[in-house]
Amino acid sequence: MSSTSHVDTAAAAQDGAPAPASRRRRGVRRLSLRDRIAVALLLGIPLLLDLAFVWFPAIGTALLSFTKWNGVGSLHTETCKPNVPSILNNGCWYGVQNYHQAATIYPEFWPAVRHNLIWLAVFVLIATPLGMLFAVLIDRGIRGSRMYQSILFLPVMLSLALVGIIWEFMYSQNYGLINTVIGRTSDSNAIDWLGNPHLNLWSVLVEATWRQSGYVMVLYLAGLKAVDPTLREAALMDGANAWQTFWRVIFPVMKPINIVVMVVTVIESLRAFDLVYITNKGINGLELLSVLVTSNIVGETQRVGFGSALGVVLLIISLVPISVFLYQTFRREEAS
Amino acid sequence: MTTEALTAPGKAATPSAPGRKRTRPWGQVASQAFLITASVLWLLPIAFALYVAVRPYSDTRKYGYVSLPHHLTLKNFSDAWTQSDMLHFFWNSVLITVPAVIIVLALASGVAFVLTRVDVKFNVALLILFTAGNLLPQQVIITPLYRLYLKITLPHFVSDSGLMYNSIFGLIAINVAFQLGFCVFVLSNYMKSVPEEMYEAALVDGASLWTRFWRLTIPLCRPALAALATLLTTWIYNDFFWAITLMSSGDKRPVTSALANLQGQFVSNQNLIAAAAMIAAVPTLVVYILLQKQFIAGLSLGASKG
Repeated sequence: MSSTSHVDTAAAAQDGAPAPASRRRRGVRRLSLRDRIAVALLLGIPLLLDLAFVWFPAIGTALLSFTKWNGVGSLHTETCKPNVPSILNNGCWYGVQNYHQAATIYPEFWPAVRHNLIWLAVFVLIATPLGMLFAVLIDRGIRGSRMYQSILFLPVMLSLALVGIIWEFMYSQNYGLINTVIGRTSDSNAIDWLGNPHLNLWSVLVEATWRQSGYVMVLYLAGLKAVDPTLREAALMDGANAWQTFWRVIFPVMKPINIVVMVVTVIESLRAFDLVYITNKGINGLELLSVLVTSNIVGETQRVGFGSALGVVLLIISLVPISVFLYQTFRREEAS
Repeated sequence: MTTEALTAPGKAATPSAPGRKRTRPWGQVASQAFLITASVLWLLPIAFALYVAVRPYSDTRKYGYVSLPHHLTLKNFSDAWTQSDMLHFFWNSVLITVPAVIIVLALASGVAFVLTRVDVKFNVALLILFTAGNLLPQQVIITPLYRLYLKITLPHFVSDSGLMYNSIFGLIAINVAFQLGFCVFVLSNYMKSVPEEMYEAALVDGASLWTRFWRLTIPLCRPALAALATLLTTWIYNDFFWAITLMSSGDKRPVTSALANLQGQFVSNQNLIAAAAMIAAVPTLVVYILLQKQFIAGLSLGASKG
């Protein structure tokens, strides 16, 4: 590697080494051939990978959602014919029929949307404030704050699959900790926390909140560390109490972190999959959009177009927080 | 003030400990009470699963799971380990996680360097492209990705299925592609803080672009790389979705997704499931205990530059 330094001396010399101090970046055209090859490799390989395995499929989802395809045979551009057995109507252009069917005759669709919304609401209204409260209390440096932080963060280290398994011992009908403590383990009065379709979403949301609030806590702790301590001092001098100081002084300063937390909250509630899958494969009260997407493509009956349409629904919802985040983050750089 | 002191006598003795911020004692007591309660609730599920794991099956069947221990044993751990072939699944996890983490960090630091230090016209647009890719829910891309994985053939020495689908190589590829965005975002923010003068000095010395990247930038980014490495190790090790959807056979899956199968295998013996779950948690807990600082630093790096 050391040989490179003097090989390129000539290139750098004709480059005009003392560049103006105001110039922050050096244009590609001013680079030597060798450097240009390095740029192409350093940028090109990851870009190809990202395009091939993330963006190409993302666009593919949008396109496939307008087709009817069982994954066998080829795709073509002919419009699907009505009143023809589906075996003859394969790989064809289906228009918005997939979306229409999802919204009208697919029984799991609206429950899944509702469950995703409840998931989001619980994350916004319970997990996030709880995580923020943990962070604020710990940030004030009360005794044992490091221990509290370690304990509250512990669930974030565990995979969601593991969280699901661990909580089954809490929730189990006949031997679980909760039912034993409240004395409802006999077959007649036992509460089926994870089996009862009116109850299991909330039980799983307790698990999800248990993990999510630790995550939010650490994000806010990072944000609070960045708050200038003199701001707080000044507010206290002016006679503000802790509550006012937080909401009027600290919270507005943490705006960037609030946006990160908002993005994490929305995306995590759309991605939610592992917990319900490990609990009961996402049926019987635990339907989520992510589960429906998955079951339509890797299940027995493959409905690629239909599954894609459900994926597009997820995509459109997720684009809202993603755009807000990107706008907030990159606005300044675009300007400079 | 007196009533609060009475309800929590232990804390009333030290109302004005030196070095504390100016919080009133009752606030201290309430905060402590709240955090202690939360900590107990947060530890309880893990502690209970651990308790189930260290009790023999005969014991829990006789007295129930919520009972005083009559015998404690580590036999469940050894049984779970041997009966479920956990070593094999752990090895799968290693084969996926280690290469994936190294490749992501190598590729992401290259991209971040080019995007922060070379004007390639579309720097911000490319940065947005990478960052946004990581924010998409996995389910948005899974349908075409699954078809793609069934179409791409690989030589048999890379994948015995002959396809991207159901191969360790395929899982590494998607984990790398998916995590790239986050690492590019974090590393480019970090690299922006390197003073421009250092690069000007390197240019005067005639350092090539590669030298400026490999010899100058990478050593300076070591703290960020360490933080990201711990974070990525945990995330990729904990991945469940890619392994469930892009691998058909249970025996190639990493340990996190293999747990779902183990659950079915040991359905009659909950103690063994608890033990297996605890064993699967060990690697992340080791990361947590040894590298907690780096781990949290990694999260903060992603968050603080909003």
